[in-house]
Amino acid sequence: MITRRALALATTATLAAPRLVQAQSGNFRIGLILPMTGPFASTGRQVDAGIKAWLRRNGESVAGRRIEILLRDDTGTQPDVTRRLAQELVVRERVKALAGFGLTPLALAAAPIATEAKVPMVVMAAATSVIVQRSPFILRTSFTLPQATAPMAQWAAANGIRNVATLVTDFAPGLDAERAFKNRFTAAGGRIALELRTPLRNPDYAPFLQRVRDAAPEALFIFVPSGEGAALMKQFAERGLAQAGIRVIGTGDVLDDDILNEMGDVTLGAITSHHYSAAHDSAENRAFLESYAQVLPNVRPNFMAVGGFDGMHLIAEALKRTNGNDDGERLVAAAKGLSWTSPRGPITIDANTRDIVQDIYIRRAERRDGQIWNIEFDRIPQVRDEG
Amino acid sequence: MRIALHALPWLVAIGAYFAMPEQLPLLSAIAIAALFALSLDLLVGYAGFVTLGHAAFFGLGAYVAGILGQQGWGEPISGLLIAAAVAALLGLVTAPLVLRAGELAGLMVTLGLGLMLYEAANKAAFLTGGADGLQGVEIWPVFGAFRFDLWGRTAYLYSLAVLFVLFLLAQLLVRSPFGLSLRAIRENPKRAAAIGIPVKRRLAAAYVIAAAYAGVAGALLAQTTQFASLDALSFQRSAEGLLMLVLGGLGTLYGALIGAAAFTIAHHTLSEASPQFWQFWLGIALVALALLGRGGLMGALRRMTRR
Repeated sequence: MITRRALALATTATLAAPRLVQAQSGNFRIGLILPMTGPFASTGRQVDAGIKAWLRRNGESVAGRRIEILLRDDTGTQPDVTRRLAQELVVRERVKALAGFGLTPLALAAAPIATEAKVPMVVMAAATSVIVQRSPFILRTSFTLPQATAPMAQWAAANGIRNVATLVTDFAPGLDAERAFKNRFTAAGGRIALELRTPLRNPDYAPFLQRVRDAAPEALFIFVPSGEGAALMKQFAERGLAQAGIRVIGTGDVLDDDILNEMGDVTLGAITSHHYSAAHDSAENRAFLESYAQVLPNVRPNFMAVGGFDGMHLIAEALKRTNGNDDGERLVAAAKGLSWTSPRGPITIDANTRDIVQDIYIRRAERRDGQIWNIEFDRIPQVRDEG
Repeated sequence: MRIALHALPWLVAIGAYFAMPEQLPLLSAIAIAALFALSLDLLVGYAGFVTLGHAAFFGLGAYVAGILGQQGWGEPISGLLIAAAVAALLGLVTAPLVLRAGELAGLMVTLGLGLMLYEAANKAAFLTGGADGLQGVEIWPVFGAFRFDLWGRTAYLYSLAVLFVLFLLAQLLVRSPFGLSLRAIRENPKRAAAIGIPVKRRLAAAYVIAAAYAGVAGALLAQTTQFASLDALSFQRSAEGLLMLVLGGLGTLYGALIGAAAFTIAHHTLSEASPQFWQFWLGIALVALALLGRGGLMGALRRMTRR
């Protein structure tokens, strides 16, 4: 027992000594954990490229410290791997911030590590309301599903849609979306004809869409994770739901900019609500598109890329405010309440919840110059998560 | 000489604790993978019964320990024992189904059972958390004294100790008359039956023991990470266990340890070096290692020492 403790002390001492010297100088290391392989690899690729675009635009040096990104792949479906990678990055690589987190289960699994290690954890993709409550060190630069969904429900009710079927992926964000849509839509006098949940892994959408067709609602509200929209819309076309007069409404995840073009004409006229469209008209977005094209030419950035871009901005701004001090509690304190104009529009990190407050846009899929874009035509300013 | 050779892996494992204090989470992952591969070795390597659904027991153990911890019973050692008992019970219930079908069809039954349990856990979200994983697991300190720390010290020593005890037990088991009868069944089930070995009963016993071992491995994972997810029940888990075992060498017990270490380290290093493309390199590495010849890494080691 004594030897054990002595040994622990000795290890801590030897390890702590060099850390003290390099604490406020040297590289500022960020552990970036993303699904780079597997079914959600597109999310990882977009977030990673978004961060690289920020670094390319603003330089790799912040408050006298060079930003160093350590990228790790968690395959998107193994929360225990995400957790172990977070632990390793903190313990072995001494990262001063954790970032990324492609899906809700992955973010939830890593949250206790952020709390115990006292490092900021910037969630750049996962979108379930509850995530920010799981650790006082979590900050979010993506969005939440209730935040994106409520405006959609309101728009549908206000535009004469009375009867809607919902189809969501059966995990926390999907359930958030289903609940938020139902609450708002039925409060506004609408009716939910059918509620369907598809599995997260290896979903086959055909039988679900057949049931929607049989129920014949006016519109189908859809939430599926980024990247899944292509398979779903393909089935939507093949099953003839469009001919049956069923409209598509949903959160922007379905008509993900990354794959929107390949989905084809079936998407035209679909109405979605989201916080970012690559077609957003602003100087900030044009500059972002330009930097992004230098990192990943021929790929259109989607909302994941913006989550990465803004997450990197948040870390950098916090680091500037602490004058390069990398203490986790000070970084989180500095990040709270920050506001800036992102490529998506004005955003704020709420000082109390550490969650993002942003404009939500209502968009229609249209063909412009031979490509399909989500064209924003309405805006609900500064929406909070109401999860 | 022989004793020194037997002690070597354990000395390496304890040495690693001191030499690599920053790698402990990975080392714990190796110890847990080794226990899972060990449980497969008892069934596949000794009894000659191949399964594709062993993750069912691993995942069940993980969820049992996890749910116990979530519901307010976080005592780790009793958690392990309960997980082992529940997994063994599932083994006992499913053994007749699996054994009845015969070799290839039995393989399909194990696969089917694995998929069934995966979907059941996915649907029973009120109990398991579904695709989001089991949240809020709290495990008490081991013996009330050693907290599971961020560095993974307790997690590693605890996993290693459990692996060591169960390894010794497995060694006793395979050297016992029971173990020898399993080998006889593996070599020739008809002849084994002819000399009076109750083949089905022995295979069922091996199946139940392997299930209990896998349950403990799963419970270790849930306790040391304080988390359980569907991934513990996935087909990939079953397949990786078999890969580790074949890589290390079947029917030697040590092969399971070496295979698990080699596979996990290769997996880790490659995915760190090339986050987008590591699965390709892992595939190449596996093919190359398979060309080492019969008996996996253990076989190669033996041939080297004999020379």
